[in-house]
Amino acid sequence: MNDTVERNSTPEELPSACKELLRVGARMQMAYAWFPEPGTPTEVLYLANQAPHQPFLLLRCRLSRMDGILPSLAMISPLLGWYEREMQDLFGLRFAGHPEPHPLVLHEGARPPLPPLDPRYQPAKPMPFESAPWVLPAIHGEDIQWLPFGPVRADVLESAQIGFLYIGEGILHCHPRLFFKHRGMEKRFEGLRPEMGVILAERVSGVDSVAHALAYCQAVEGACECAAPARARYLRVLLAEMERLYNHLHYLGHLCHTTTLKVGEAEGKWLEERCKQLNARLTGSRFLRSVLIPGGLRRDLKVDGLLDQVNALKLQIKAYTGLLETTNSHLDRLITTGELPSQTAFDQGASGPIKRASGIDRDLRRDHPYAAYAELAVNVAVRKEGDAHARAQVRIGEIESSLRIIENVLAALPDGPIQAECITRPGREGLGWTESSRGSIYYAVHLDQSGRFARVKIKSPSFSNWRVFPFTVHDSNMMDYAINEASFGLTMAGCDR
Amino acid sequence: MRPLDNNMPIWTLYGLKRGVATTRWPKRAGEDGQAELLGMPRYHPEICQENCEECVDSCLPGAIALREKPDSTGRLTVDYGRCIACQLCTEVCPVGAMTPSNDWAFGVRERGDLIWTRAVTSPPAQELKGKIKRVFGRSLHIRHVDAGSCNGCESELQALNNPFYNLHRLGIFFTASPRFADLLLVTGPVTYAMRGPLLETYNAMPKPRWVMAMGTCAVSGGATGGGYACEHGLEGILPVDIYLPGCPPNPAAIIEALLLLLDRREQKVRGGRVVN
Repeated sequence: MNDTVERNSTPEELPSACKELLRVGARMQMAYAWFPEPGTPTEVLYLANQAPHQPFLLLRCRLSRMDGILPSLAMISPLLGWYEREMQDLFGLRFAGHPEPHPLVLHEGARPPLPPLDPRYQPAKPMPFESAPWVLPAIHGEDIQWLPFGPVRADVLESAQIGFLYIGEGILHCHPRLFFKHRGMEKRFEGLRPEMGVILAERVSGVDSVAHALAYCQAVEGACECAAPARARYLRVLLAEMERLYNHLHYLGHLCHTTTLKVGEAEGKWLEERCKQLNARLTGSRFLRSVLIPGGLRRDLKVDGLLDQVNALKLQIKAYTGLLETTNSHLDRLITTGELPSQTAFDQGASGPIKRASGIDRDLRRDHPYAAYAELAVNVAVRKEGDAHARAQVRIGEIESSLRIIENVLAALPDGPIQAECITRPGREGLGWTESSRGSIYYAVHLDQSGRFARVKIKSPSFSNWRVFPFTVHDSNMMDYAINEASFGLTMAGCDR
Repeated sequence: MRPLDNNMPIWTLYGLKRGVATTRWPKRAGEDGQAELLGMPRYHPEICQENCEECVDSCLPGAIALREKPDSTGRLTVDYGRCIACQLCTEVCPVGAMTPSNDWAFGVRERGDLIWTRAVTSPPAQELKGKIKRVFGRSLHIRHVDAGSCNGCESELQALNNPFYNLHRLGIFFTASPRFADLLLVTGPVTYAMRGPLLETYNAMPKPRWVMAMGTCAVSGGATGGGYACEHGLEGILPVDIYLPGCPPNPAAIIEALLLLLDRREQKVRGGRVVN
């Protein structure tokens, strides 16, 4: 696979191989399975990143039989726990010694006749399902109450169920039930041609359309050994930063909603709306869709006048964030709320602004540059406090950095073609990554002998961050919950896929 | 700036200084905020060429299909209830029989009105019109259920309450409890896990109640319906009163569709195209 150093491993060697990766300072990023040929045992791949500008590390483990068992690595690298449970649900794999061997991606009561990601399973209708209770921690003590909230929640929110074990105002344990929105997106890529898959990638997580589609395009380009021309690479950065801008402004507005700072909410959402209208003028889509394609862009963008518009926004954003940062009633609700220690953030897989607010200084745009980021300075905002305020401050820092990057792109935008030929290479594999507004996205693509997809794996930041989130809710209080959740800026669609 | 003990007056002043952000649309035309937005492609069957399947091959959700027997409506069936406005067909068509447009106000009362036909016949649904006015006057309370969207539809629904669209000014509100809701607004292709909660929400609503399928996923499944985890939107699951395809429909399109339900706005699309 492109940009990786590969190593083969037997199931027995996996724990020591994983420990060795962690020892040299690598961080596990994702694990996934696929069937290299239908009807044969799976291959499981573990992806890790090491120091900046070094290739990624890829561990491959081919099972020798269909019902093979792998050792669980969740006790060595806790963030792998969810990836293993996902493979258990979707590939029928088993992991010996897993600390939480319950279903995750498929709900209890789902009864697919074959593992859903088995290529031989091509159902005409959804798999059989009879709703069943979900596995909860054992509860001792009469005063403890149970509050399930969702999946249909107040306001316009994505579907998810949050369970609380609480006494009075104090939350003892937070137990989210996610994946109500699992659409089987990864399987939907199978059999598609690479130029069609981008339409799907744009719809994995709507508000991260560019980040997903770009990671996808780069994975295909990695597999097919083609490169987008310079102008396309710069415009890809422009699109990615425009996306970060409207997402972070929405985030600040929504955070004000939870601290009941009404004018702050209105202003954040008004600025977001202006960005979306700008997006529509630039691309025809408020979500910046229908522009990216493997090899470059589908069409050139009209950037005349964009700089003036962005500069006008910049002044207002500066006034807005300045005022937010001096409003005690707002800051009082954020400071010390939902503290995430650096070690927990690292072990449990926190991504993007969440990890950077807990002192982990990593950003794919700077450390593993893609598109034109290597030629553009990326300032990475980092805070150490790990609370809701730090998460908001990191995003404010990223807004400023995005605005600067947009200016630099427009100043340095080269002329020239916007699309290079990207000839599909059958049987090849590719890896693509982006730093979205919510954190790192990885796409791994496997092409079959006819040049169509045999497997596409999507690692989304919300999958990582939802896993981390409950650690900041245990032993907190009900009044802070909504603020804390907003400070994480999570999506369900990306997590559930 | 130093933090102040109380800078609420500054926020009030700040808000006042920023002035009115709300659009005068729909009262005043042309200020809907959707300048240069690409909507559903327009189909021109009269110039569509024989022996060409470019658009059919590039249509992921299958909105464009080849007819077994070409008739007076042309060689293709074009179903805007399945269209995700990805614009690919407009790029691959060698003769320009599919062209980009800014036709986005695609809310309709009958599913059939989303399918391209030469002759536009379907009359306005008079019965519903009279009834809904009698029941609700001109106000509406909505319960939204996300049945597996990509979050694009939610992002645009949330935008309805931003200062530009300011949905409240139109007497339309989102409500937490289905008991107080008149309209169930559904997004997403209906995943196996959300089917139950969706039906429970519907059953908890008092009669009379209305249902709107928002976004191509909810209308027909779009690009995400089917497979091991999804239905094809609300097809065969709930009776639908308003269909609004789009990927996602923009906030102005949502407002148009809501006002259509309330009989405060005319339906713009019949036979798969804008007719008025």
